[in-house]
Amino acid sequence: MTTTRRDFLTAAAATAGAAMTPDVSQAHQHEHEHQHQAVPSDPALRVKSLESLLVEKGLVDRAALDALVDAYEHKIGPRNGARVVARAWADSGYKQRLLSDADAAIAEMGYGGLQGEHMVVVENSAKVHNLVVCTLCSCYPWPVLGLPPVWYKSAPYRSRAVIDPRGVLREFGLELPEDVEVRLWDSTAELRYLVLPERPAGTEGISEEALAALVTRDAMVGVAKVSVSKAGNAA
Amino acid sequence: MNGVHDMGGMHGMGPIVEDKNEPVFHQEWEGRIFAMNRAMGAWGKWNLDASRHSKEVIPPAEYLRMSYYERWVAGLVELIVQSGLTTRAEIESGAPASGSVRSLPALTANKAVALVEKGVPARRSVNVAARFQVGQRVRARNMHPVGHTRLPRYARGKFGTIDRDHGVFVFPDTNAHFLGEKPQHVYSVRFGARELWGTQAGEKDSVYVDMWDDYLEPA
Repeated sequence: MTTTRRDFLTAAAATAGAAMTPDVSQAHQHEHEHQHQAVPSDPALRVKSLESLLVEKGLVDRAALDALVDAYEHKIGPRNGARVVARAWADSGYKQRLLSDADAAIAEMGYGGLQGEHMVVVENSAKVHNLVVCTLCSCYPWPVLGLPPVWYKSAPYRSRAVIDPRGVLREFGLELPEDVEVRLWDSTAELRYLVLPERPAGTEGISEEALAALVTRDAMVGVAKVSVSKAGNAA
Repeated sequence: MNGVHDMGGMHGMGPIVEDKNEPVFHQEWEGRIFAMNRAMGAWGKWNLDASRHSKEVIPPAEYLRMSYYERWVAGLVELIVQSGLTTRAEIESGAPASGSVRSLPALTANKAVALVEKGVPARRSVNVAARFQVGQRVRARNMHPVGHTRLPRYARGKFGTIDRDHGVFVFPDTNAHFLGEKPQHVYSVRFGARELWGTQAGEKDSVYVDMWDDYLEPA
């Protein structure tokens, strides 16, 4: 049995396209592409075969799969979190509720559910910068940020955020002054973390909707700040 | 288990590569395996902790070589074979064994939408005493279980302070192996970055790790 399993794993690992988003560096990935070029099996075929088996056995309903994919491709994503942040910036009462009982405050906005059952919101300020990682797997607050980007799930980020957060932030183009306290949150349990970024200067009097358009996913993970110049950038 | 998945503090993994226009799923099969994990989970044959563990047991070299969703394929195959929902022969052939009984899917489209919206809470409303208080100094246990654990290696044996009590949650170390939920308090424990990494770390910086009661001892 062990042999069969290893064969499967090897086959599953055998193919690698550029968009396959490996954990190891691009250079290593390139080597593997060459090594395994002749191997016919690829994950697309294996997954297709697995799906038709499970459907044929009556274990899986294709419509349920479609609904799940649709939810995360089209309905749930970082725009939800951006609206939460904008509301907190615009309404100090809401912000207090968000920081003291994140689940209830996020539910007020109509968000919640899978992988956001137990939320914690941490606030950035001129003196404190928060950054979120999951060193053990890929834990991430789905209802407010959607599914995590590849870099968040990758070995480089998972390994380094915890030991060298300032270096990681520098890689994202954010240089923090030494007197700013960095708080790194390793989401090892079932709590899911959302960073409440600092509201940028020069946004006084603009609408909540316009504020939400400034808030990026990266700022809500803590690898960026929100700036006025990044308006409209969905990243 | 002291697996390669427990990556906090490792060096040599390369630069962080950010794709500015990244799709949710890079290829269709990624979305399908993501969804199949949820749909098959609805059979109740395993839990979230067991699902995480199924990826941790992928041999280290293969784990690192695989893309994220390739691990999901490997993990799901392990789970459905171990739980008896399919046989390995069926997976290899892609067809049901002759004479196998056809089921009715556990997760319909309506139930899938409800699952996404409602989630699966891991907090338990049982009365379990907290062993530690906010503000208390604690030490993360120096333990190395061969099974599933959510106590990262970099924190073991280190001193920290209870920052917040999150309430009572299912304990992954037992739940992943179907040995019961063993509900207990989870705390956010603050570790000074220098306690973990020495003087190379920022003096004012800290690392917060969520820890179950069983991971901690009084300091």
